[in-house]
Amino acid sequence: MTTVTAHHDDHVHHGPAKGLMRWVLTTNHKDIGTMYLWFSFAMLLTGGCMALIIRTELFQPGLQLIEPEFFNQMTTMHGLIMVFGAIMPAFVGLANWMVPLMVGAPDMALPRMNNWSFWILPFAFGMMLLTLFSEAGAPNFGWTFYAPLSTTYAPSSVTFFILAVHMLGLSSIMGAINIVVTILNLRAPGMTLMKMPLFVWTWLITAYLLIAVMPVLAGVVTMMLMDIHFGTSFFNAAGGGDPVLFQHIFWFFGHPEVYIMILPAFGIVSQIIPVFARKPLFGYTSMVYATTSIAFLSFIVWAHHMFTVGMPLAAELFFMYATMLIAIPTGVKVFNWVATMFRGSMTFETPMLFSIAFVFLFTIGGFSGLMLSIVPADFQYHDTYFVVAHFHYVLVPGALFGILAGVYFWLPKWTGYYYNESLGKWHFWTSFIGVNITFFPMHFVGLAGMPRRVPDYALQFADFNAIASAGAYIFGFAQLIFLVLVIKAICGGKKASSSVWEGAEGLEWSIPSPAPYHTFSEPPVVK
Amino acid sequence: MVMHTRDISKTPLKLALMAVVMFGFGFLMVPLYDVFCDLVGLNGKTQGQVAKVQQTIDEERWITVQFTSTNNDQMPWHFRPLQQQIKVNPGAWNTVSFWAFNPTEQAMVAQAVPSVSPAQGAEYLQKADCFCFEQQWLDAGEASEMKLVFTVVNDLPKEIRTLTLSYTLFDAGDFASPMLAHQ
Repeated sequence: MTTVTAHHDDHVHHGPAKGLMRWVLTTNHKDIGTMYLWFSFAMLLTGGCMALIIRTELFQPGLQLIEPEFFNQMTTMHGLIMVFGAIMPAFVGLANWMVPLMVGAPDMALPRMNNWSFWILPFAFGMMLLTLFSEAGAPNFGWTFYAPLSTTYAPSSVTFFILAVHMLGLSSIMGAINIVVTILNLRAPGMTLMKMPLFVWTWLITAYLLIAVMPVLAGVVTMMLMDIHFGTSFFNAAGGGDPVLFQHIFWFFGHPEVYIMILPAFGIVSQIIPVFARKPLFGYTSMVYATTSIAFLSFIVWAHHMFTVGMPLAAELFFMYATMLIAIPTGVKVFNWVATMFRGSMTFETPMLFSIAFVFLFTIGGFSGLMLSIVPADFQYHDTYFVVAHFHYVLVPGALFGILAGVYFWLPKWTGYYYNESLGKWHFWTSFIGVNITFFPMHFVGLAGMPRRVPDYALQFADFNAIASAGAYIFGFAQLIFLVLVIKAICGGKKASSSVWEGAEGLEWSIPSPAPYHTFSEPPVVK
Repeated sequence: MVMHTRDISKTPLKLALMAVVMFGFGFLMVPLYDVFCDLVGLNGKTQGQVAKVQQTIDEERWITVQFTSTNNDQMPWHFRPLQQQIKVNPGAWNTVSFWAFNPTEQAMVAQAVPSVSPAQGAEYLQKADCFCFEQQWLDAGEASEMKLVFTVVNDLPKEIRTLTLSYTLFDAGDFASPMLAHQ
């Protein structure tokens, strides 16, 4: 690039606007990414407080702290907020920040829509959270909102819940469209699909999953709305409908949804492990194909969530084997991560620690998933704490650790300063220990028969529940270390170089740290 | 500043169209589910009304058909089968009755929803006439005997010796058809 063009660029590219309106009106992918990340962190703390209320009530058998009705509202809101408010927006925030930088694009392809996708979210969750203060109370039917619990027997606040789901679905669909268009149309010359970083690849596939299934979720809540207010009977047997139909439609959305929450994390650790193992990623091509296969399989396994509703044996066998099949591409990924680390010159900075913990603990969650896929075993495990342990292992040390690893990895690029490494290590070890103390005992109480979603339980489960509650407090308060660390890294610290990490390669590491407000106005050339 | 965009106007439209199609697909799952249930007898759903044609009666084989009744949630009616179980030959037409009584002080309309267990046997239990085909109307304090005419089809799988036909009675007040309200 000649000096003349560089000067020209400086002239055209002004910095961010001043004041609050910068954030309201911004179309800059970095600003919007930052807002997504802060929003999801706020939601993480909100949903986390609800989890602590749940764990406090479950510390001892008997009812101490809250009414069972409120307990149900807490489990419902905790699930909804963590899934739709914390994990999904955090991934979208990371995509906003990193996808344009990784493919050499000047911004997201549809910047105004990007602004809109973000700003819908606070209103959607504001509406959902306000139901807590209504007379009827918040939704109390579980995050899976099975009909007729969520239709015939729902509190009147269910309508606000339905509209909130419509809004956040709209936000997700627009965000996903934006990401696909950016990846397909704005890649720098020479950045072929098979040269894209894996985070970009996993997000491309995730975005397609979002576009395919979020409308189905919108459809199912629309049917609920019509059943409740317009006299239809989609899910009401008295009028000719079928409540089991709800479960089929919901899980047709719900199973791809769980991969929406994990595939970008696969991408993040696939970026991080090679850097800190100082070796190129083992099996890049197989990673891409494995991700694609997982995405395809996610559409044909939904009924494993509902083995116990009464299905023909042939259907149960089909869904059982299809579910087990997912272990193969997932196993390929785990193998590749381990093979990347094998004989590498590894160092253990915080992003690497979170990534290794991800590989290890996510695999535990994967194995308990395999146990659940076995039909006769599932009849025993269904709706017990074993299921709770399973999906928290894939979502907390899975998705959430993936997000945290990504934030640590890219934070110096965003702020221009290294974070405090010893605080980072404190955060990691308290989180790692806390998460295992919280969720591991749940396997045992689940196998012993403790049902999910209960505010009180039989005496023999008391010890493990007390241990889990103690772990939850450790894990919950550990996240405040993270908050302090991020604020400190924004305020200052050791200056970060442009490549940040020794051995980091890729377009995002070729720009200065902190990343300038506008990047890649001239497309870089990828060889 | 050189923008290096290819034609990006089409991609967002295609993706938005995909989202709209998937929204429609969600609703398409409703009829698809019904078709699927009819095909494989999923959920123990029985078929609708069939014509009462004479078939060969297999007098060698006896099938036990049991009847149970359940009231949904707050449905106050008394509702029970008049026979707990009967033994039938495949191919023969049988008539049984259910008894319903409305103990409340107002007229009510009800809908019975059938289910057959084991589900594999559902498609072989066919009905020529059933109170579940239409909504039932009872005045305050009125009782009624409700008819069911059914047959077990000859090709019922050999391993099935017992079929259980269960009815759940719903308060259909919200779904009452206007015709009934005038009776």
